Amino acid sequence: MSTFMSRNDLLLLIGFTIAVLTMPLWLAPFGAGYPDLLNRFAIFAIFAIGFNILFGLTGYLSFGHAAFFGVGSYAAVWSFKLLSMDALPALLFAVVISALFALLIGFLSLRRSGIYFSILTLAFAQMSYNLAYSVLTPITNGETGLQLTLRDPRVLDNALFEAGPGLPSPTLLGMPLQGFEAFYFCAALLIVAFFLAQRISGSPFGMMLKGIKSNQTRMHYTGFNTRPYTLAAFVISGMYAGLAGGMLAIVDPLVGAERMQWTASGEVVLMTILGGAGTLLGPVIGAWLIKYFENIFSAINDVILARFWSFLPDGVSDAMVQITSKFVGDGWFLTLGLVFVLIVIFLPGGVMEGVRRIADQFRPSRRSGRPANQARPHPRPAE
Amino acid sequence: MFDVIFLQFLNGLDKGAAYALIALGLTLVFGTLGVVNFAHGALFMLGAFCAVAMRMLLTLETVTLDPEKLSPWGTPLEVREPLMQAWLGDFGAVLVNYSVPVSLLLTIPIMLLVGIALERGIIKHFYKRPHAEQILVTFGLAIVAQEVIKSIFGPNPLPQPMPVELRGAADIGAWLGMQANVITYPLWRLIYFLFSAILIGGVFAFLQFTTFGMVVRAGMADRETVGLLGINIDRRFTIMFGLAAVVAGMAGVMYTPILPPNYHMGMDFLVLSFVVVVVGGMGSLPGAVAAGFLLGILQSFASMNEIKAIIPGIDQIIIYLVAVLILLVRPRGLMGRRGVMEA
Repeated sequence: MSTFMSRNDLLLLIGFTIAVLTMPLWLAPFGAGYPDLLNRFAIFAIFAIGFNILFGLTGYLSFGHAAFFGVGSYAAVWSFKLLSMDALPALLFAVVISALFALLIGFLSLRRSGIYFSILTLAFAQMSYNLAYSVLTPITNGETGLQLTLRDPRVLDNALFEAGPGLPSPTLLGMPLQGFEAFYFCAALLIVAFFLAQRISGSPFGMMLKGIKSNQTRMHYTGFNTRPYTLAAFVISGMYAGLAGGMLAIVDPLVGAERMQWTASGEVVLMTILGGAGTLLGPVIGAWLIKYFENIFSAINDVILARFWSFLPDGVSDAMVQITSKFVGDGWFLTLGLVFVLIVIFLPGGVMEGVRRIADQFRPSRRSGRPANQARPHPRPAE
Repeated sequence: MFDVIFLQFLNGLDKGAAYALIALGLTLVFGTLGVVNFAHGALFMLGAFCAVAMRMLLTLETVTLDPEKLSPWGTPLEVREPLMQAWLGDFGAVLVNYSVPVSLLLTIPIMLLVGIALERGIIKHFYKRPHAEQILVTFGLAIVAQEVIKSIFGPNPLPQPMPVELRGAADIGAWLGMQANVITYPLWRLIYFLFSAILIGGVFAFLQFTTFGMVVRAGMADRETVGLLGINIDRRFTIMFGLAAVVAGMAGVMYTPILPPNYHMGMDFLVLSFVVVVVGGMGSLPGAVAAGFLLGILQSFASMNEIKAIIPGIDQIIIYLVAVLILLVRPRGLMGRRGVMEA
């Protein structure tokens, strides 16, 4: 075992597995213990983990990852429509098709780096989004969004079973994927995705990617052709996004093009940065925090606020309700933007760096023994 | 056939002018401060909302209920008395009519202030940080700006009327000695084009013919040496950031009658203007302007039905397609300097 995984890695994986599987229990007191939200936690965590494989390890900032997410969603729904309501072929198609798509876009975009790479990925994603809305309407169903209908062929299902009444819902090998079944399916995929990311990060391939991030020129001088490595990272990252998109199609089979819009690409960037780019747990935490607060904050209304501030004198509490109501409900994105700006300014390593700094406070003996470069604002490339 | 092409060419001009103005500001910021500013579209949007706010101020009115007269529903009729007309008479009416150009007066100081505050407050601290972090922080700022606007003005587009006298169309064909009523073009768009031409000319003249502009150009070429000569180049660059914000804001104000401002228009334009900057060449001011007009006109041609029949959907992607081609074939853009952000 020791040659396969270090003890720390194993502990992290076990801890992560336990944390994910018990999510319905420990999130219930926070009002988040229901499957619909938990599914999203798992799905967007996978999306962010995948994004981190590209951005966190190689430093290439892609502003077009939502394109792969959207392609994954469309592929999954088409698999539902044409083949079967089973989740496995749907996810397989989602991953394979988004991998092909990522291969094409990555091959072109990775010819440039830095800001040009960001613009290229953004341009490709916007092209996909615009096309999905206009010319590709036969495939994407345009503004209405692609959805399941009663007239879908579903070749495999109809050959094997008698068609039931009403719209079918996604299944896993005949078992319906609803409620907590769907969550544990998503959770299992999340754990596998985390495990793979951990393996990638610790492998020689992962070291190569980190080398590209810290100094690509030096990698060239030592005789490495970095392009295949970055392309591989890009495709892997695109596959993660496709998987997440496919999973979202399973829990919510109405797919609209807005899943590919650049704001969706921006959201995964936010998640990764907020949690801590380049770390394993960071993107997961970022995704959970954003999805949790999105859910909680957007549900808060003036009545709840009034109750919260009711301990203050009348005039003051009314004023506080007025002020705070700008930051919750529809205004939740304002809070997100502010938090994000503060994080980028003061804590570029995200939540994970904050945790590390606090932990360092309690370990004075180890801090003195650490190399001096730990004090710089950037996090270590990866854990 | 010629008139169709000429008309499309004209149609591209006003959009191209907007792209050119935003891209000019972006390039100015990039060339001077070396900062990739994702919040620049938000400045365009803020400018547009200055026009909205100005119009709201100008059209303030007192509402009184008149118990004498009843509406058809039997409720007392509301009597609205516009304050501007009450105070200033006919001049007030003219002000309201010309609210969009008048709000330029409000926009210039506000945008200058916003720009300088932004640069001194936040962007200053990001000069030495990687481009990725500059993108991230300005992206966050853009979100904050648009959400603030959304919470003040609401999520719906707010159409701004153009002055009554300028609502018609200009018969450009007749002006050029061709048949009348073949090539007509909305007057306001023509004005927008002329306005942006003057603004662009003004920025270039400022950089070319004033001492301040000369110092800034010197600083763009070699910041360190200019600093060593005892010139406070940082302060000048801050002012240039403010100037870029003003240009973006003025572009936004004048664009409001063409496109009703909504809170996310900044982001929509930002993505396109970044593409414009990249096509023109990072750090090249003439490149940004040329690419802005070029892409605006290309987009206009691509939305012709004849072209769409050949390549369906081309109107949706033409700009991105051009950007991708340019970046892959000629990474420093049309007019970029050798070695500037060439990677």
